[in-house]
Amino acid sequence: MELTVVKERKNKQAGERSEKNVVYRTKNLNLWYGEHHALKNIDLDIYENEVTAIIGPSGCGKSTYIKTLNRMIELVPSVRTSGEITYRGRNIFDKSYRVEELRTQVGMVFQKPNPFPKSIYDNVAYGPRIHGIRDKKILDEIVEKSLRGAAIWDEVKDRLHTNAYGLSGGQQQRLCIARCLAIEPDVILMDEPTSALDPISTLKVEELVQELKKNYSIIIVTHNMQQAARISDKTAFFLNGEVIEYSDTDKLFSNPDDKRTEDYITGRFG
Amino acid sequence: MGKLIDKQRVVQHMNGRLLRNNVLKFLFFLATLFGLIVLVVLLYRIFTQAIGWLNIDFLNNFPSRRPENAGIKAGLVGSLWLMVIVAPVSLILGVGTAIYLEEYAKKNRFTDFIQTNISNLAGVPSIVFGLLGLTLFVRELNLGRSILAAGLTMSLLVLPVIVVAAQEALRAVPNQLREASYGMGATKWQTIYRIVLPAAIPGILTGSILALSRAIGETAPLVVLGIPTFLAYLPRGILDTFTVMPMQIYNWTSRPQADFQHVAAAGIVVLLVVLIFMNSIAIFIRNKFQKRY
Repeated sequence: MELTVVKERKNKQAGERSEKNVVYRTKNLNLWYGEHHALKNIDLDIYENEVTAIIGPSGCGKSTYIKTLNRMIELVPSVRTSGEITYRGRNIFDKSYRVEELRTQVGMVFQKPNPFPKSIYDNVAYGPRIHGIRDKKILDEIVEKSLRGAAIWDEVKDRLHTNAYGLSGGQQQRLCIARCLAIEPDVILMDEPTSALDPISTLKVEELVQELKKNYSIIIVTHNMQQAARISDKTAFFLNGEVIEYSDTDKLFSNPDDKRTEDYITGRFG
Repeated sequence: MGKLIDKQRVVQHMNGRLLRNNVLKFLFFLATLFGLIVLVVLLYRIFTQAIGWLNIDFLNNFPSRRPENAGIKAGLVGSLWLMVIVAPVSLILGVGTAIYLEEYAKKNRFTDFIQTNISNLAGVPSIVFGLLGLTLFVRELNLGRSILAAGLTMSLLVLPVIVVAAQEALRAVPNQLREASYGMGATKWQTIYRIVLPAAIPGILTGSILALSRAIGETAPLVVLGIPTFLAYLPRGILDTFTVMPMQIYNWTSRPQADFQHVAAAGIVVLLVVLIFMNSIAIFIRNKFQKRY
């Protein structure tokens, strides 16, 4: 009895949340790798200051989808898309929308920590520098702010000018998050950011995500259903290139509408 | 359940397998030894012949009709002059081509075609490049038998090698670094200049220096160009004519006097020293700047 009350309250909250601003609106998106139809008729709205998790078995198109949001997918030859994705009301596939401009608003954290073979400082200052910021004072400030934002400042403040490869895997990933924060993005895309990390580092990144959603909208692809349940507000379940179900995380994990979602989250396949 | 593998027979076969392993190991060792012994014999012969002839005077003298007065100065200086042209021309063109093919060009039939032809060019005999240089630079562009004409010809000769080496170095830079850079809104050029090139430079330089060593030791194209072998003065600019060490050595070995064989050996030692010096720079760069990802 009590449980249903809690659920109702949560659903009510969810209702309120959906009044929030839409950051990304995907309408009827299709994507092909050559002949392979990887994304089919995707419709998905992503909201401001929320964590949106994307789950699904390998090869379901979840990474493809998140890489489409900053048009990183175009690095793969032979990709074709149809349909529309609007970011803050502008179609990102529009010819006049420069991809470099989109990516200054939408940062990305990758599956494997990929710091540059440079110092910790230069890694974080990379983004601001390529955007033309030369002032040492401003750069110093950005670097500190970003490293604090990624909860790694205390660990690296005494070794800012040493090579980033000297950090552990978990530290490297938080450095990559700091590097992404340094461009002051609006949205952060995370493509399985903890899949190469140990449990403790994973926990740290998860806590960080909770912290970051106050200021950023976060879209996270994850293989780990517990992780999605722990950290996200909304969850989308992808299967064979389709969105099977998209709703509040609590609802999706406790009371899914679709039989396939239920089978997946209860571990019957995938 | 019966076992499908009879352990008894496995043991019976064991001796044969181990014997074959040892025999092959010995054969591969012999193959290595063969090259090594030939090299040692060669070096021994040259050094014993050169001893007594290799001194400061040899480095400081111009060629002479008398073996005891002959020196390699003109050739040594000429070879260095050649590098002044070949190094910048072939590096700029070669690395530029590699960057275009690896980073900018779309992979399609046209770029495949270019790629195949570059690889083929690397295998074209050097004398063919000499003929090309003679027609194009010496005659058409009227550069004469100058350092410039020879330098451009040699640049063409080593260009394919440099392109292929630079491409391999660029390809070895992990794609995830490029992705990280593009992901922050960097342009292609910013990514190449700030991320890809610094990571690829050791590989590019190692390959290029080895290619340049080839250019220093090459003779055939210069014979076709008509570069003289007997010069008693130094060039003052890139439009002057000149000679190089291998040409000089070639000339000495074809003299009838027995003493010139010693002069030639001394010349070979100088050439080898220059080559070993260049190769050790390549090794130094590789060890110093090598980064692991």
